[in-house]
Amino acid sequence: MNLTLNIWRQANPTAAGAMHQYHVQDISEDMSFLEMLDVLNEQLNEQGEDPVAFDHDCREGICGSCDLMIDGQAHGPEVTTTCQLHMRSFKDGQEITIEPWRASAFPVIKDLIVDRSAFDRIIQAGGYVSVNTGAAPDAHATPVPQADALKAFNVATCIGCGACVAACPNGSASLFMGAKITHLGRLPQGQPERDERVVNMVAQHDHEGFGGCTNIGECTAACPKEIPLDVISQLNRDLRTAIRNGH
Amino acid sequence: MATTDTYLNQPSQQQSDDAHGYYTPGAPLVDEKAPTGPIAMRWTNRKFSNALVNPANRRKLNVIIVGTGLAGGAAAATLGEAGYNVKSFCYQDSPRRAHSIAAQGGINAAKNYKEDGDSVHRLFYDTVKGGDYRSRESNVYRLAEVSTNIIDQCVAQGVPFAREYGGLLDNRSFGGVQVSRTFYARGQTGQQLLIGAYQALERQVAAGTVTTFTRHEMLELVMVDGKARGIIARDMATGEIETHLADAVVLASGGYGNVFFLSTNAMGCNVTATWRAHRKGAYMANPCYTQIHPTCIPVSGEHQSKLTLMSESLRNDGRIWVPKKAEDCDKDPRDIPEEDRDYYLERIYPSFGNLVPRDIASRQAKNVCDEGRGVGPMVGDFRRGVYLDFSDAIARLGKDGIEAKYDNLFDMYERITGENPYEVPMRIYPAVHYVMGGLWVDYDLQSNLEGLFVAGEANFSDHGANRLGASALMQGLADGYFVLPNTIRDYLAHAPFAPIDESHPAVAEAKKSVEDRIAKLLSIQGTRSADSYHKELGHIMWEYCGMERSEPGLRKAIDMIRELKADFWSNLKVLGTADSLNQSLEKAGRVADFIELGELMCIDALNRRESCGGHFRAESQTDEGEALRHDDEFAYVAAWEFGGDAGQPVLHKEDLLYTAIEMKQRSYK
Repeated sequence: MNLTLNIWRQANPTAAGAMHQYHVQDISEDMSFLEMLDVLNEQLNEQGEDPVAFDHDCREGICGSCDLMIDGQAHGPEVTTTCQLHMRSFKDGQEITIEPWRASAFPVIKDLIVDRSAFDRIIQAGGYVSVNTGAAPDAHATPVPQADALKAFNVATCIGCGACVAACPNGSASLFMGAKITHLGRLPQGQPERDERVVNMVAQHDHEGFGGCTNIGECTAACPKEIPLDVISQLNRDLRTAIRNGH
Repeated sequence: MATTDTYLNQPSQQQSDDAHGYYTPGAPLVDEKAPTGPIAMRWTNRKFSNALVNPANRRKLNVIIVGTGLAGGAAAATLGEAGYNVKSFCYQDSPRRAHSIAAQGGINAAKNYKEDGDSVHRLFYDTVKGGDYRSRESNVYRLAEVSTNIIDQCVAQGVPFAREYGGLLDNRSFGGVQVSRTFYARGQTGQQLLIGAYQALERQVAAGTVTTFTRHEMLELVMVDGKARGIIARDMATGEIETHLADAVVLASGGYGNVFFLSTNAMGCNVTATWRAHRKGAYMANPCYTQIHPTCIPVSGEHQSKLTLMSESLRNDGRIWVPKKAEDCDKDPRDIPEEDRDYYLERIYPSFGNLVPRDIASRQAKNVCDEGRGVGPMVGDFRRGVYLDFSDAIARLGKDGIEAKYDNLFDMYERITGENPYEVPMRIYPAVHYVMGGLWVDYDLQSNLEGLFVAGEANFSDHGANRLGASALMQGLADGYFVLPNTIRDYLAHAPFAPIDESHPAVAEAKKSVEDRIAKLLSIQGTRSADSYHKELGHIMWEYCGMERSEPGLRKAIDMIRELKADFWSNLKVLGTADSLNQSLEKAGRVADFIELGELMCIDALNRRESCGGHFRAESQTDEGEALRHDDEFAYVAAWEFGGDAGQPVLHKEDLLYTAIEMKQRSYK
């Protein structure tokens, strides 16, 4: 298939960016979206034009590196990561618009690459259990009800890609944060620090410039791992409890 | 080396010399740190005899750790907790994205929670045997020993392993092992373990003991007066070349499977950190040891950038076949009658059938495709795929039964190929998945260079010539949480080391060499992209140094790689500048190192005239065409020393001697 691509090009964090148009030919529907961009880049390299920079790594939907806004949808038209999106989801002759994540907490570094280090700082604020190596009791010392373990797992599958932020009209990272709060809050190991964790993570979230949640739900619709909206309810409940407990 | 221990085997004596003319024989290599005495007490004794570092002194000691996967992330967190001053580097934009995250199956540990006869000794035995007796027994025993601590640690961190109704941890049997010792979190065990290590790491960042340098790539090792004292790294966002100095350097930079271009590794996985160290004197051990996984989604076309693995549990219910006649290969498989199908694994290996080990399943798939009986699209001159057919299993267990077991894998397959495997047989083909080779380390995980430690897949590891399923995660975390933090202190206890700064001639020279190399890559201004060279290298490696190797093939490959290298340095085209984010430049530097590594892998494979573990040498097979190992000649670690750009690599052999385990040949007929 032949495609027209409108791509955001921006030389560096301070440069003004603009949309540029490119054309690619003979794209196979079995190619992944990123392989289609590889073809474009190989073509640009031959023409002596700087290839388009984009983040990607595992290309199997688990590392969370890839992050393209495709025709206004985070990760494109399917519920999956950009790397797992295939060209059979598009039609011959289609015009496709590709942009970076847009959020003030995710500044553009170059072209389609943004800085998502704010997520790491939210985790630093409390997204862990404080246990030093070697200090752990036997793994069977504390049984965990299967339902809790399963719920914790289901939300721990978050890949930290940032699609939730990109999709949110407020640029909120509540889904990301709620997933971690719920993961650790569902397990006995996460209880001692539960109040402190939510208070500190929310404070860091706001400090980074992410917006507030107004229950729109775009985040969960865009999430490639289908993290449910109820993690945000859990986040709010934990925050209220923590404040009531004097945090 | 021990004098009091009784060995069950003799040192090998190599008779053949296939790589004659390609290498220089070097002095024998001895692991000076090898422990002696009863195998079960060796690690305990070592931990006791290793020197301690006073807590007040730890914060004055600086450790650089390159890589944030299971080994690097765990080591950085643990050394930070102990109070050392750690700098942690990764090329990704966050430590959480290291490729350990993609591991699916599980992690082994000798917990014996199932009371099914498992023990530290059995895990040790299975691992040495599975590695075809090409690993060090003391290292493997230690690995089995600390495996139980890993599970405790991860559970305490909140890793949500699968549990039974009673709330206790679930286990499964994995990779043909007869005990259930594999802990798992659905098909995302690597992700959950890595997030555990990542969170522990970020906790130390908050505590101020660890500083992370993301989007940073190590481009040179700094050696001062014979000791590893730092790295030169490039800030990939700004292009700035930075000098980072320390008291010790740990490389936990993963494996080099991407030398084959197509592999299940992440796109960014590379050999540069370890290869730069190799060029500075660190020995590269058993570089030809590669693991090729049989159940991957086949290549669909020339633009394929990576391969995706599907859990080999699929082979429990799927039947593997190809058409008997080449002319049937482009037919709809459902139209090929039973009598025209060749269930070749069931035919050749009646007792194991579709459950033969990974290397055998992979090699036979290649054989039938090479015969022209492969299925799926033509890629180049071949169809590279075989059917994995679930129709019998669906008839037996019902569609629901298959869905319950494999639904996520079937979905993934359909998303990538656009075919519904409930209706049409899946197509699979082997892909490079893991490397057992890596930088040589002693029992303390220190390379032959003082102060340079290597952990996880980056070292030549504990897996011998073949890694068992669910053992990669175990080794990464064993090294990172429990082994390295206990061994590196013995080295750091020798501090303070001579004070150095950026003006030291050796430091300045290292930085300049990096700048010169980048300038050189940008100045060639030829016609070909780094990617095109990478693809060509991958074809050569896959064809001649992949599943089956032969003497003439390897010689041919070495010539081809040398030509490719010359062309690369005269005809490469890299656009953009050094002082900005430049993905083409990053790629070019990595490909340059892959090319050099590829040559060494071929020389190592040429020298090792035996079929062993995951690799098969055409010249070493039984009358029935099965792998034939030569313990009399090759029961050694091949540790290669860099011989200079114009010279030849130097081979140092470390004998593998066993006190606790007896060598046996594998048989799956």
